[in-house]
Amino acid sequence: MPHQRKSIFFLLLLLPLPVFLLSLTVGSYHIPFEEVLAILVGGIDPHPSFSQTQIYRDVIFMIRLPRILLSLLGGIALSVSGASLQSVFKNPLVDSYILGLSAGAGLGAALAIAFLPNFVGLTQLSAFSFSFLAFMLTYFVARDRGQASTVSLVLAGVIVTALFSAALSMIKFFTSPEKLSSVVYWLMGSMAVSGWDEVLQSGPLILFAFLIIGLMRWRLNVLSMGDEEAKSLGINVERDRLVILLTTTLMVSSFVSVSGIIGWVGLVIPHLVRMLMGTPDNRIVIPISASLGGVFLLLADDVARSLTSYELPVGVITTIIGAPFFLYLLRRRGGSTWRQ
Amino acid sequence: METIVSVEDLSFSYGGAFKLNSISLKVSAGTVLTLLGPNGCGKTTLLKCINALLKPESGKVVIFGKNAHELRRWELARLVGYVPQAHVSPFPYSTLDLVLMGRTAHLDFFQQPSNLDYEIAEKALSIVGLDRLKHRPYDQLSGGERQLALIARAIAQEPKLLLLDEPTAHLDFKNQFLVLSIVRRIARENGIGVIMSLHDPNHAILFSDIVALMKNGSIFDMGPSHLVITKEKIENVYEISVRVVNHTDGFLVAPSMETFS
Repeated sequence: MPHQRKSIFFLLLLLPLPVFLLSLTVGSYHIPFEEVLAILVGGIDPHPSFSQTQIYRDVIFMIRLPRILLSLLGGIALSVSGASLQSVFKNPLVDSYILGLSAGAGLGAALAIAFLPNFVGLTQLSAFSFSFLAFMLTYFVARDRGQASTVSLVLAGVIVTALFSAALSMIKFFTSPEKLSSVVYWLMGSMAVSGWDEVLQSGPLILFAFLIIGLMRWRLNVLSMGDEEAKSLGINVERDRLVILLTTTLMVSSFVSVSGIIGWVGLVIPHLVRMLMGTPDNRIVIPISASLGGVFLLLADDVARSLTSYELPVGVITTIIGAPFFLYLLRRRGGSTWRQ
Repeated sequence: METIVSVEDLSFSYGGAFKLNSISLKVSAGTVLTLLGPNGCGKTTLLKCINALLKPESGKVVIFGKNAHELRRWELARLVGYVPQAHVSPFPYSTLDLVLMGRTAHLDFFQQPSNLDYEIAEKALSIVGLDRLKHRPYDQLSGGERQLALIARAIAQEPKLLLLDEPTAHLDFKNQFLVLSIVRRIARENGIGVIMSLHDPNHAILFSDIVALMKNGSIFDMGPSHLVITKEKIENVYEISVRVVNHTDGFLVAPSMETFS
């Protein structure tokens, strides 16, 4: 790596740390920065007594810390999956949201929340299965003689997403009133109601999938050259692509099943990373997408919980930033992206 | 001389119609075989069958004593380097990163390229004379440079056999000769066998040891260029009338204008 790129690389890689500390101070209950540092260093007091510090501690450890960790994990899941899908499909305009994976995971999770017994892992399993099903539908609708073009993938994704969203609305209609509120809360796409349970349910799965994709970051480069070239270079394309797609689905569906559908992160972040780093090399794009994705979703969530006295769904904020960025990408490429 | 690849009675069909009809050929170390013939005669299909990208209906491809279609992709990629026609990727990797991809077959599943892989890639770039452009994004290279970068990538694979699909397509007059002379030099210096498809009989005359003249999925004639590229055979295969002109260094083929008037 050239020297200057190396400095930017490490700067961006460490960026989540200061944003993490900053986010602990943000919220309707203000906690001064020195208090945050003191509490983090001091840990949990073994003999708690009622005091101002105790309230701070509870706010930090019970409410803010899990929410912040979940935002970081979600940012990793959405942006790393976006970067991987873009490489595998040689298509800079796709991510989990556009290909219908998110809508599929949403439907699977909603089904489980509404109708299945509250059993550890069941929601995740249902979200994973439906997410992969949605993706398969998109892929087979788009495929023509073994190739799926940029346009047909995006269009097929729109159709599949519409279909699964309609099914999701039906579920809301048939859900019993006592379960309806939890489905609706979750659907808004928000980390607002999340606690340690959500972090523990999704975190290990997301980190495991991230590890696999991280280890395959060189293979992603070769896969992005197209099937025939990747084969000629010594890659078992069908197997490697399946591994990437399964791990991608795992990380996206794990996050969606605890936080609902949040769009655009997977599209915006990898592009931003390629621009900032000046290379499409996934050995750089994957780790930096993870850190910038985490920072982006965390900052968006900070805004969501501090902008107004009500909680805004974080998905609204990512869309307000993401959709114009997508338009900018299309314009900048002069439409040539669509013709490939 | 050591045989690198032998294609034995290979037939391939696509949707019932025969595209290749019992092809047999051999290439030994350090020699260049050129597939010559009109569009649609099966040159690219044959290259893809040899590289196991297509599965033949019958017959086999034996590379270094091993059946190409029974090897795993990474095993085959250590024996065969494939140079596709120059193209543009939606992801503009640097030229060095592109060439480094040639090392993939030598890496484990979760492994990243090491310093040694970088050295081999840089050496491949210097063999084709592109060292100065290694940090340039691949899509900013000229057509000829792109073709050379793809050849460097195949060299980095350290193959025994190099396959090139129309390496002179879209290149200007000078670059056509530059690319072909580099291909021949690589074959000679590294003892690599080369099979390439070409459109121009005069390129075949200048740069190949053996010419396989193809027509309708079969090999019409095969041998040294002065025996294969004759007035009668070229006229038969291409269905135009030509003259063969002798000059001080050899001979060349030129179309007779009366065909077109």
